Amino acid sequence: RVSSDGKPPKFQPPPKPVIIDRKTQKEERRFLSPEFIPPRGRTDPLKYYIERKDMIQRRKVFNIPEFYVGHVLAVTTADPYASDKSKRFVGICIQRGGKGLGATFVLRNVIEDQGVEICYELYSPRIQAIEVLKLEKRLDENLMYLRDALPEYSTFDVNMKPVPRMDHEEIPVNKLQVRMKPKPWSKRWERPKYNIKGIKFELPEHKMKAAQKWSQPWLEFDMLREYDTSKIEEKIRKELNEELEK
Amino acid sequence: AGFAFAPQGLLRSFVSHSLLSFGSITGACRAIQKLTRVRVVDNSTLGNTPYHRPPKCIHVYNKTGVGKVGDKILLAIKGEKKKALIVGHKMPGPTMTPRFDSNNVVLIEDNGNPIGTRIKTPIPYTLRRREGEFSKVLAIARNFV
Repeated sequence: RVSSDGKPPKFQPPPKPVIIDRKTQKEERRFLSPEFIPPRGRTDPLKYYIERKDMIQRRKVFNIPEFYVGHVLAVTTADPYASDKSKRFVGICIQRGGKGLGATFVLRNVIEDQGVEICYELYSPRIQAIEVLKLEKRLDENLMYLRDALPEYSTFDVNMKPVPRMDHEEIPVNKLQVRMKPKPWSKRWERPKYNIKGIKFELPEHKMKAAQKWSQPWLEFDMLREYDTSKIEEKIRKELNEELEK
Repeated sequence: AGFAFAPQGLLRSFVSHSLLSFGSITGACRAIQKLTRVRVVDNSTLGNTPYHRPPKCIHVYNKTGVGKVGDKILLAIKGEKKKALIVGHKMPGPTMTPRFDSNNVVLIEDNGNPIGTRIKTPIPYTLRRREGEFSKVLAIARNFV
């Protein structure tokens, strides 16, 4: 453009680009492992504080990845009786239990038509590596019903390659409805006490209705069973983030 | 033509052979003791030929009557008595050890020689601790867990 003076136009610096720094947003780490949350009771919180310090120490040395029930994990443990002194087991996590240093998780797999489950302790020094092969949550917190489901739902290839995860924010929920073997099952999964959403019940209508007899609809309104963990979680999260950054 | 669907677990396949009993069965009991129905895991003829009664434990060679992995038991198969070695049970054991979905057993002679020639199902590594007694059984095992 020609300016009014006839001289070249005044240099206009380009507009500054707006940088959205995602790294600082990621560091909030919204996932808190369930074994950090202390159970409801009257024990001295000092005990849980000391345990948490030990857990953080272990996590600094050994990386325990974020995982939920329904993920497919590969765990390598040290074993004096194995060839090369270490053994590797691949399986789907069906349950996470225990609090504090005794936190456990159970992996299940079907090898050569034989279902095998191994209960590992998260903070055991025998564990050498935990890799997450497939990230997906399921509809339930407890997948014990896989024992009574058809074996195809529990088979996972031992040499599975880890599925790469693109987005660091969401974990996909697999809304798979599992088909079961014929009854009897190890537990009566159709009863409302277990509150299972991940089974495709092929039972007749009258049996499903009869199972609802055992429902306890007053339980969700019971005030003595309430345990609000949001404030405790915030405190623990802050503590964790401070300690792990040191 | 009674059992069209695949019966739950391999123990129930024994019921399908008998045409008489069509009733409920008690769920498989956890560790192995007298009268537990077991599953023979090797490829011996004695263990794999169908019979109208499942192989049952009749004695456990143990101070307590309860057999865990690595214990020897006496089995009643096809009307004969045979010794066997427990290689896996349904009862959860110490952490880091595998828990199987069926009570597995390998047929054995009195001197400890296995009768079969191959074991396809996975065997726990803890059996390697007693390498001296079970060396021949471990030699025919293919998979370890």
